[in-house]
Order: sequence, then C-alpha cells, then structure tokens
Amino acid sequence: MEMFDMTAAELGKRIQAGEITAVEAAEYSLSRIKEKDGQINAFITVEEEKVMENARRVQQKIERRELTGPLAGVPVAVKDNICTEGLRTTCASRILGNFVPPYSAEAVKRLEEAGAVILGKTNMDEFAMGSTTETSAYGITRNPWNTDHVPGGSSGGSCAAVAAGEAFCALGSDTGGSIRQPSSFCGVTGLKPTYGTVSRYGLIAYGSSLDQIGPVAKDVTDCACILEAVSSYDRKDGTSVKRESYDFTSGLGRDIKGMRIGLPSDYLGEGLDDEVRKAVMDGAEAMRSLGAIVEEFPLGMAEYAIPAYYVIASAEASSNLARFDGVKYGYRTEEYEGLHDMYKKTRSEGFGPEVKRRIMLGSFVLSSGYYDAYYLKALRVKALIMKAFDEAFKKYDIILGPAAPSAAPEIGCSLADPLKMYLGDIYTVSVNLAGLPGISVPGGMNSKGLPIGLQLIGDRFQEEKLLRAAYQLEKAVGGYGIKKEEAHDEQRI
Amino acid sequence: MSREYETVIGLEVHVELATETKIFCGCSAKFGGESNTHTCPVCTGMPGSLPVLNRQVVEYALAVGLAAGCEINRFCRFDRKNYFYPDNPQNYQISQLYLPICHDGGIEIETEAGKKTVRIHEIHMEEDAGKLIHDEWEDCSLVDYNRSGVPLLEIVSEPDMRNAQEVIAYLEKLRMIIQYLGASDCKLQEGSMRADVNLSVREAGSRTMGTRTEMKNLNSFKAIARAIEGEKKRQIELLEEGKAVIQETRRWDDNKEYSFAMRSKEDAKDYRYFPDPDLPPVVISDEWIRAVKERQPELRTEKLARYIREYGIPEYDAQIITSSSKMASIFEKTSEICKKPKKVSNWLMVETLRLLKEKGMEPEDISFSPENLAKLIDLADDGTINNKAAKEVFEEIFSNDTDPLYYIEERGLKAVGDEGILLAAIDKVLSENSDSAEAYRGGKEKVFGFLVGQVMREMKGQASPAAVNKILKDKLS
Amino acid sequence: MAGQIDRETVEYISILAKLELSGEEQLAAARDMGRMLEYIDKLKELDTDGVEPVSHVFPVYNVFREDTVTNQDIREELQKSAPACKDGAYKVPRTVE
Ligand SMILES: [Mg+2]
Ligand SMILES: [Zn+2]
Repeated sequence: MEMFDMTAAELGKRIQAGEITAVEAAEYSLSRIKEKDGQINAFITVEEEKVMENARRVQQKIERRELTGPLAGVPVAVKDNICTEGLRTTCASRILGNFVPPYSAEAVKRLEEAGAVILGKTNMDEFAMGSTTETSAYGITRNPWNTDHVPGGSSGGSCAAVAAGEAFCALGSDTGGSIRQPSSFCGVTGLKPTYGTVSRYGLIAYGSSLDQIGPVAKDVTDCACILEAVSSYDRKDGTSVKRESYDFTSGLGRDIKGMRIGLPSDYLGEGLDDEVRKAVMDGAEAMRSLGAIVEEFPLGMAEYAIPAYYVIASAEASSNLARFDGVKYGYRTEEYEGLHDMYKKTRSEGFGPEVKRRIMLGSFVLSSGYYDAYYLKALRVKALIMKAFDEAFKKYDIILGPAAPSAAPEIGCSLADPLKMYLGDIYTVSVNLAGLPGISVPGGMNSKGLPIGLQLIGDRFQEEKLLRAAYQLEKAVGGYGIKKEEAHDEQRI
Repeated sequence: MSREYETVIGLEVHVELATETKIFCGCSAKFGGESNTHTCPVCTGMPGSLPVLNRQVVEYALAVGLAAGCEINRFCRFDRKNYFYPDNPQNYQISQLYLPICHDGGIEIETEAGKKTVRIHEIHMEEDAGKLIHDEWEDCSLVDYNRSGVPLLEIVSEPDMRNAQEVIAYLEKLRMIIQYLGASDCKLQEGSMRADVNLSVREAGSRTMGTRTEMKNLNSFKAIARAIEGEKKRQIELLEEGKAVIQETRRWDDNKEYSFAMRSKEDAKDYRYFPDPDLPPVVISDEWIRAVKERQPELRTEKLARYIREYGIPEYDAQIITSSSKMASIFEKTSEICKKPKKVSNWLMVETLRLLKEKGMEPEDISFSPENLAKLIDLADDGTINNKAAKEVFEEIFSNDTDPLYYIEERGLKAVGDEGILLAAIDKVLSENSDSAEAYRGGKEKVFGFLVGQVMREMKGQASPAAVNKILKDKLS
Repeated sequence: MAGQIDRETVEYISILAKLELSGEEQLAAARDMGRMLEYIDKLKELDTDGVEPVSHVFPVYNVFREDTVTNQDIREELQKSAPACKDGAYKVPRTVE
C-alpha cells in the first residue's frame, strides 16, 4: 500500500509495527506539500525543520514504547485559528500576520501528547467567517478535485490538505458548518462534536457559543481516533462539559439494525441540488438495507436557523474581535494621529471586508435600541430550534440530510452576493445553535466529478451512536476508500 | 441665590476584593509589582484565552451583599460591556448588567441630622482595568495590566443622599462592613476603594430629578466632600443662569477644585452589553447562602456589646476600638495573650490613636503585632520597665513592630530593681515623710501613692514600680 | 426595521466598532446591513412570547477556579508579538490630551 492510500489509523499501525517511521511519514507529507501546495494553497505556515525535529523526537519515543497510540507519528495539519506555541497563528488575517502564540490550544497539546506531528497551519476564511476559503488574507485555497472550484470553508485548508494527501488528517473548527461543509466539498470526513466536548482554550473565538474544534480525516475511524485524542474536560474552558465517556472508537463496528433514522423533509425541498438530493436518498436507502428504520419527518424551524445564526454569531464576533487593536499583539498601522485613529486604521487595514461586514452587523444588533429586537429575539428562536431537535430526537436516533445544498461552487461565484452565500449554511447552522454533534461523510460524486457529502446529526453527547451510523453509511456508500480509484493521484490534481 | 436647592446624590463604589488571584485567571492580585509581571494570556486578552471564575469572588460578593441587607439573585450571570480603551485588553469588561448577584439592600447611616437608610440598588462583580501611565519623555502612554482582572465589587446606591456628610457617613459605614468581612482593605489612596459620585440638584420640594453628572477620580474623603460642594455649586450656577446641566461624566481635579467634562465623540456611551458566552451562569443555593452567613464574622454591633460584656471595657472605648476591624482584631488578639483587656484598650485608645493622628494614618494601616504589644504590657506590668520607657518602646513597636525585650535590652531601658539602692531610697523617703508613713499605717491608704511617687522621684524614674510597691508595702506593714 | 440603515447609522456603528470606512465602503455597508437585516426580520414571523432566551446550550453552572496563584511571570513571552513596548509596558498613543 502506498502511503497516499493510508488512513491515519493505518499509518499509525505501521509506525507502531516499525514498518514506517514517523520521520518517513513527515518527509512524505512535506514532499507532498511541496509538490501540491503551490496550486492548492492549503497551508499558510509550514516550518519544515520544526516538523522534522518533532518527527525525530516522536520516533524516539515510539521506539522507547513511550508512545503507543494510533496517532503516534502521524502528520496532522491544524487550522490556523488554533493556537500553536511558537508557531505563527494568523486566523488567515492580516491583523495577526506576525502573531506567534506563547501557548498551545488544549486540543493541540492533546494531539501532541498522542504523538501526532504537526505539519503546519492551514488556510481558512479570515477568522472563520466564510464558506469558501476565499476570504483569507493569504490567498484562496483550491479544491483538490477540481482546482477551479472552492474547497468550501471556513476549514477549507484543512479539508483540502487531507483530500490532496498532504496531511493524513487535520483539525478544523466549526461555528456554522465550517468543518462539515468543506469536508463535503472535498470528499473527506469531518466531525463537529457536541459543544463542550473539545476544549476551546486556544481556539481564537469567532462565535463563542457556537465554536467547536473537530477532526477532518479520510474516514470515520480516523475521525473517531482524533476525537478521542483531542476531547477532554478542561478546567481552562468554562464551557467544557464533563462527559461520561471519552471512548469514541470501541463501538465503531457495531451494526445499525433497528436504528431510527429521521430524514427532515425541510432539508429536501426547494434550494437543494437534484444530484445532492439523490445522494441523500441513496444514503437513506443504504441505511435502510442495513436494517435501520428510515423515514421522512418535518423537523421545523429550518428557515429560521440562518437569520438567528447570523445575529448571534455576528454579535459575539463583534465583541470577540474587539481585542485586535494594535496594542498587545499583531498588526499596527504605520501612521496615526492619536489613540482612536490608531484603532480605526489598524482594524480597517487589518481586517478584510467579510470580517468588517460581520463586525458591523454584530455591533448593530447589540446597539442601544436593537438588542431586544434582534439579539434577544435570536436567542429565543435558538430556544425554539433546540426544542425542535429535542422533539425529533424523541423519535429518532439520528438525523440524515445533506451537508450543503450543492457540490463545491466555482471560485469567485460566492463572495459577490454574501446573503446568497450565507444561505448555503442552511443544513449546518442549526446543529451549532443547538450544540449537537454532526458529521459529514462522502456520499458519492456529482456529474462534474465533485464530491457530495451526507450529513448525520446526533443528539447531544451521542457521538458514539453518530459515529457508528456514519461508519456503516461510509461502508455502504463508499467514502474515501472507494473514491480513490477514480480519483487517483494524477486525476485528482 | 434666589431659589432654594436640594442636592441629590447616588454613589457607585468600586471595591477591590482581597483575593489572592484575579477574577478570571490564576495571576496574583497583589498590589504593585513591576509592569505586566502579574499577567497571563487571559488578563492580557490574548486570542484564544478563556476566563474561569474565581470562587472566592462570589463568596465575598455574597458576604457583602448579605451584610448590606441585599436580596441575592439565585441565578446570576456575567455580561460583556463593550468599549475600546487600552487599559481594557479585550476591549470589553466582564461585568454584570442584567442579573447582578445582589440587589435591593440598604445600610443605615448616622449623621448629626440623625439616622437614615441609604438604599442599595445592586452589587455586581466585575474585573478591574489595567493602569495607564503617561510617559514623561515621549508623547505616549504605557499600559500595565497587573491590575487588569483584579476582582471588583461595584456597589450602586439609590440617589438617597443629600449632602457630603451623608455621603461620607455612607462610605465609612460601607468601608467598615467590608473591612469587617475581610473582603477588601478599602484603601482610598491605593484605589482599593473608589467612589463615583452621581449628583444632581433640584429646587427644594420638587419631586422630579434634575439632570445628573457622574464624577470620577475621587481618592479621599476630603476630595469627595470638596467635589460634592464644587459640583453642586457649578450646577446651581448653570441653572441660575438659565442654562441646562448636561448629563456627562466629569473628572474631578482636586488641586483646581473643579470638575472637567470627559467628553469625546469617540466615546459614544453604547456598551452593547450581552451575556458573556464564555462564562456559565452562577446558581446560588440556599445552602450556599446559609454557609456564607454562618462563616460571616461578627459584625460591629455584636462585637461592641461583647467587648463591654466580656472584657469590661467602657462603651466609649469599645465604640472606638470596634470602628475599625483592624483595631478590634488587635484588641482581641492582644487581650487573648496577656489577659489584660483594659490595659490593651488603654494602649489603643491613647498612644495608638495619638500616633495614627500624628502620622496621618488610618487604623487599617496599623502594622504591629499583638504579640509585641502583649509583651510590652507584661513588661510594664511586672516592673521591668516604667511608664516613660514603655511609651518609648511602644513608639518603636508601632513603627517597626520590634520585639520589646530586644529593644529594652539594646537601649538599657530596664528599670532598676536592685534592692540595695532601692531600699536606701525607700528608707530615705520614709524617714523624710514619717507623718505620711504614720498616716498610712493608721489606715489612710491614699498616702501610699504619694510615697511611691516620692520613691520614684528619688530614683529619678529608674525604678521598677512593681518592686517599689512591694518593698514599700513590706516596710509599712 | 430594515431599509433604515442610513449613512449616519453606519457612521455611528463604525465608531462603536472602531472601523474606518471610506465613503464607498459606507454605502456598501449600509446596503449589506440593510439587506441582511431585512432577511433577519424573518424572525419576526415567529411568536416567541414566553420563550426564554437561551445563551448557553447546556445547563452547566458554577464552573469555578480555586483562589490560588498558578501563574508565573511570563511577560517576555507575552510581549514577543507586541507592536510597541517600553519598560515592560505596552506603548500606546497618549490617552489624555
Ligand atoms: Mg462598573
Ligand atoms: Zn492573568
């Protein structure tokens, strides 16, 4: 088996068996990045020497049997809004162009403790605001399946890096679909865990009540392994939840006979691409043939999720991004007259248009006279959305639907009309509003050869069930493993 | 002045809590330290850092709230107050607006005009800002975040005060309560207690409120009193001239005795408060409240009664000693050691108060230890040193908390106890005052003091009063 | 409510948000915000009377730290990425005239 074909878990096994060393794996990934990333631009920062140094250290520990886990020696990529000590972290923004964090995110620490080797920092929409990875200050990322298309966003760099075989797996972050949607566009598997499962300490906040770090990988098993490594109850994050179990892998192979799968009819109506709809229906059929009970049902509230999401996320963002002011770190404008001029110039030059747009909207909905009408209203709607899911999960174990209305759009089509771009988040944002876990699994290709993702949504803390269903769905409809034939290396790029 | 005016005053008092660490991170909350040496990613607003609440802050807030007769919000929450300023590293302050921890309380104050209650609107928890130093050499300011994130209680009164006297009485009472609880040392000069004064004037008898201004930068009771007078005068003058008072924040300049508007178009007062998504709510149970009440130290009225009852000191003394928790604590601890509460009280009432006044200090600044005062009292009592020497030793204890034994030794202050010299002196006195000696033997005990005095004079004050007493009594019996 | 985003509002919000927008950007911001708010107004269709606003998804309460010092002086590391420092302090334009 070529290294390209290996999942993270397979690579990890061979490293443990001594067939491949962590150093060879790192060398492979770095050469792959050298070869492909000029075109894909999945990475913002890669420090080769540091990578090799870490790989050598990890290899020594593996040989001393100090590292025996499935991720030991596996090269992973980390989204550039997750702090890495000593390694530049930009959030794809000019305003953090020179920011080298003095500490690592808890999730990164855990990855490193598991022996993963961090390859570098991946491109994203600036401050995770966008669905295409076109708003990055460090150039757009291209979809490895067709470089005229976007990889999705905002974790576009992480998903493209895995799809292009540059990294074996990656960390992304998901505020309104930012892991699941680009995973769907890039033909990889991406999981957004239950809110509070992975510590947010060190994740540069966009919408604090919605943000979660999660894995992007080649298959469901890898996702489960990474989640197991990075999830924790962290006292540094007040919103971290102490879960009963952090075992996400041992139940993976179990069948789904009798599992009740709900298919929201609201997710299948107008606005959904026919090929995507067909992929969802095929997925439903596959699960049915595995013994699951699948039925359509009205979930409700779907159309209110996006407006509620944009109010809440923008409001939180307007406050979270206030700290970028040219005083303590990051960019400061060259010339200014006085304090407020310094603030305004620094921020206006440091932030891109999409970020400014959301800061303006967020500041407005919180401003005097509008707080009740917009912000509080959105929080009430959020309560209703949570209730709709609570009702659904009384009847179903898992919800199945699309991850995005269509496959990856062409580069340059989305930003012209922000509202239209926002509407693309329709199937993903309510999961964040309700704090639920969701996963995107490859569900086939469209007629243009672009991947389509299927989304499974679980009830809170039901990752075990969600991963079990996703594993069976992946086995039935293909996933990464089957796609690699028709999308072999050369065809892919 | 052609019309009669009434002043209406409400106070926002900020108190820095006496916690070891900051409100949302494990940095030391100690005062001082080199610039930014008590900082971490959280209190410098680093991206990705998250706040976690210090439990002790809630404990103190509950203790102060309960002592001030407040209702407790069983479900309280933190909100973000958004505004840009460099002393505020996140450019939002974590505070409480919608659900503050305590509300609707009140404390009783007493002035010449009698007793009255000042109602407390609310008490909330929040974080302090960093310090801005204006550079002398360059045209810039320097930011130190050592104070950033130090826990504060903001105590907001209703506009129930009418003059400076009431304001000072309120602040003193508040300070006493908080000091008693150990929640803060409440030092105005160091900024651990700060008061912003909201003041408006209206025609006497009017029921509507005038337009108020908020005055900041008041760092002594005197400054507060002057600022109230100054601002009242300024507002009345405006009204007399037919002009309007503008609702604004003003900075009091105590040297110029005038307040200046702190206005700029850049600070639109629109703080866009919203619940902080990083901090889960605080739920306060009956048990928690009960536990805080049980842990509540004895407050002043109870203490006062106990001192009179248990220690047998005069009410006047007890009043003064209990007016400061520091004094009360020294009184109790010293009495505990030397078992002579009346003597302890005397040292506090006379010498301590005299030295405090002389040095312009507050009782809270007392730094000597009960152990050394107790030692001194014993030494004076058993005649090792006489009164004159004791006063000198006390000054040394007061200033440097020196061990009195060591100091007496070093300075040779020990009273003469040598019986030979003393006997000679006593014999001399008795022979020169034989009529007095006779009178004593005849039952006129009052003369004894006179004879002691004579012996002491003979000894030039260098005798141990205890030894004099003993030998003299023997001789006269 | 939507459609009422005029240039004055945009100017006011940009003061709050400390953003400097050019004339063209102001017009674009007014248009974008207006359109977005018009869309957000869809929420008004929903009757939310009696619905409690939810800010935290889970009923997690009372997450505390104990009051013990855990941090050491890491000023140097913290100030590595700072644009301007002097004597261990962060340097900013003069804050009072
Ligand atoms: Mg305040
Ligand atoms: Zn700190």
